[in-house]
Amino acid sequence: MSTSRRSLRYHCQLRQSAGERRAETHPLTWRFREDGALIGLEEYVEKDGYAAVREVLGNQSPQDVIATMKEANVRGRGGAGFSAGLKWSLTLQGGDLPRGYLVCNADEMEPGTFKDRLLLEQQPHLLIEGMILGAYANNSCFGYIFLRGEYIEAARALIQALNEARAAGWLGKNIAGSGFDFDIALHTGAGRYICGEETALISSLEGLRANPRTKPPFPGQSGAWGKPTVVNNVETLCNVPAVMRHGAEWYQGLSGGLSDDGGTKLYGVSGRVNRTGLWELPIGTSAAELLDRAGGIRDGRALKTWLPGGGSTGFLLPEHLELALDFDTIGEYGSRLGTGLLTVVTEEQSVVSLVRNLEAFFARESCGWCTPCRDGLPWTLKILQSLERGEGEQGDIELLEQLASDLGPGKTFCAHAPGAAMPLESSIRHFRAEFEAGIAHERRAAHEDPIPAGGV
Amino acid sequence: MNDTASFNAQSAIATDGDGFVLHEEDRDAILHERDHYEQPQAACIEALKIVQKRHGWVPDGAIPAIAGVLGIGVANVEGVATFYSLIFRQPVGRHVILVCDSSSCFLTGFDELRDAITAELGIDFGQTTADGRFTLLPVCCLGACDRGPALMIDDDTYGPVPPDAVAELLKEYA
Ligand SMILES: Cc1cc2nc3c(=O)[nH]c(=O)nc-3n(C[C@H](O)[C@H](O)[C@H](O)COP(=O)(O)O)c2cc1C
Ligand code: SF4
Ligand code: FES
Repeated sequence: MSTSRRSLRYHCQLRQSAGERRAETHPLTWRFREDGALIGLEEYVEKDGYAAVREVLGNQSPQDVIATMKEANVRGRGGAGFSAGLKWSLTLQGGDLPRGYLVCNADEMEPGTFKDRLLLEQQPHLLIEGMILGAYANNSCFGYIFLRGEYIEAARALIQALNEARAAGWLGKNIAGSGFDFDIALHTGAGRYICGEETALISSLEGLRANPRTKPPFPGQSGAWGKPTVVNNVETLCNVPAVMRHGAEWYQGLSGGLSDDGGTKLYGVSGRVNRTGLWELPIGTSAAELLDRAGGIRDGRALKTWLPGGGSTGFLLPEHLELALDFDTIGEYGSRLGTGLLTVVTEEQSVVSLVRNLEAFFARESCGWCTPCRDGLPWTLKILQSLERGEGEQGDIELLEQLASDLGPGKTFCAHAPGAAMPLESSIRHFRAEFEAGIAHERRAAHEDPIPAGGV
Repeated sequence: MNDTASFNAQSAIATDGDGFVLHEEDRDAILHERDHYEQPQAACIEALKIVQKRHGWVPDGAIPAIAGVLGIGVANVEGVATFYSLIFRQPVGRHVILVCDSSSCFLTGFDELRDAITAELGIDFGQTTADGRFTLLPVCCLGACDRGPALMIDDDTYGPVPPDAVAELLKEYA
């Protein structure tokens, strides 16, 4: 491989030195090596790995694990922020019920999100340990890691780690002498953002088109092949070993009063800043602190607006930088924490063009099941394209507002459409003048100068 | 009536006639995958990927072949094969370039990167170079947003890729 090719190769990087990361404060990343190399089984076990499995399996009941997880209140890191412990307490189990499945959502495709990749590529055993504990709590007989097809490096790391764990008896029959059986298979995807939606992910796992399913029944009642199925994000599951090892109270304390939520969060920054990257910080850390760690905006420019957690979250302003980046706080300001990876937009960048880019993504990635999503998003995109070209007409902004409302929560089978509505609605709310600047015409008859169909 | 019958006959010939034969190794790999799941349908996507790995794409004849091995309906395989963006139903070049067109890359120079690639190769998204070397496709956020603009060539992810580095990088892929 030539040097030019090697120097352009992407390497996922944590921006914190080993000195800053300790077992007591950085449950997700304290084992990470400075050189960013994969942590194999031996090193993982040396650094307290699989200790939680050894402690919990056979010594605590599944109900104890669920109770601890509920108390720790680990909120879903896939973006929705639902308590993992609460979800697990709703999984059907016991009596004559068949044992179900535990599925790790590693489909990471939310625009602006690159956190799960780090955990998978450098420390796959932490995820496996979290999955064993999750499976124990939920009485799952088998686990799947649903990994997006493009994550080749992560697939390599996971295959190696699964083999190592199986050979060492951490997977398979009678794990650590506890009598509990559980194994995991890696399932790699073949594209399409919608596979990350948990019910679509189950459809895809079953080898079907990735159409979401109606809820209820929730996956915990009837998921993969009709069995109780728990779907959790990579980062969520990676929190479980430390919670079980050190307890709910310790976990709650990690946020140090910055948030009502406990634990840390793998935060990140992308866009035109000086030092993009990832940091594990107490949940509730402010965006101002993150921007600071990212070395501020490039070229001395000013911040215009930012997305707190991916393309399906709402735009926030510089005045919101001091807010705690947690689920409840960000939710109060017309946005969502989402994945917690900031996308930074600078003063010279056009909000209309960015929203056009986002809606093109959502239009392309719609699974096509619901009318507002399938038809509303291409329509939204066409209006945005004409505004971007300065060829919009009177009434376009009101129409976009109507579309954002029609795409909103409760009108479609899944949260894809509401996810598309959020940046649309919030961008108009904050930057109406930019949209107005794209209007050049009075309202015209519908088919005068039509925008050709297709090409979306 | 007659027209329909002859049309069906022709398409049947076209399917059989593309001479697709499932490689024995691939057949075994598909059967192995099948055992990971409760139902054979679940191995369908993996089966398509196995075929694609060998042929570069999924020819029409592979659809009934996979359906046969898994014991599921042809339409169940076809429906899946047309849904997923990384399953190619047309021949592709020796190398597939996936350029991230999502938001963070858009903010860090996607337009310039795309222009550099399309100029270098003389093709647009969805096309293959006349020499069969490259196919160019857009892709959702590659999870490399901290180093945008990002792209993948075959199994390798690159970023940030400055427009003036494109020619040199592509030279590496014969
Ligand atoms: C369109 C769409 C895409 C999603 N993509 C992902 C994803 O890639 N990874 C993920 O963990 N969750 C994703 N989610 C959220 C999942 O539906 C689900 O809430 C999550 O996997 C649950 O795990 P958690 O509670 O641990 O966060 C997506 C949701 C929607 C609506
Ligand atoms: S909201 Fe969109 S992506 Fe979700 S089920 Fe409906 S059409 Fe599919
Ligand atoms: S937006 Fe391009 S890699 Fe994430």
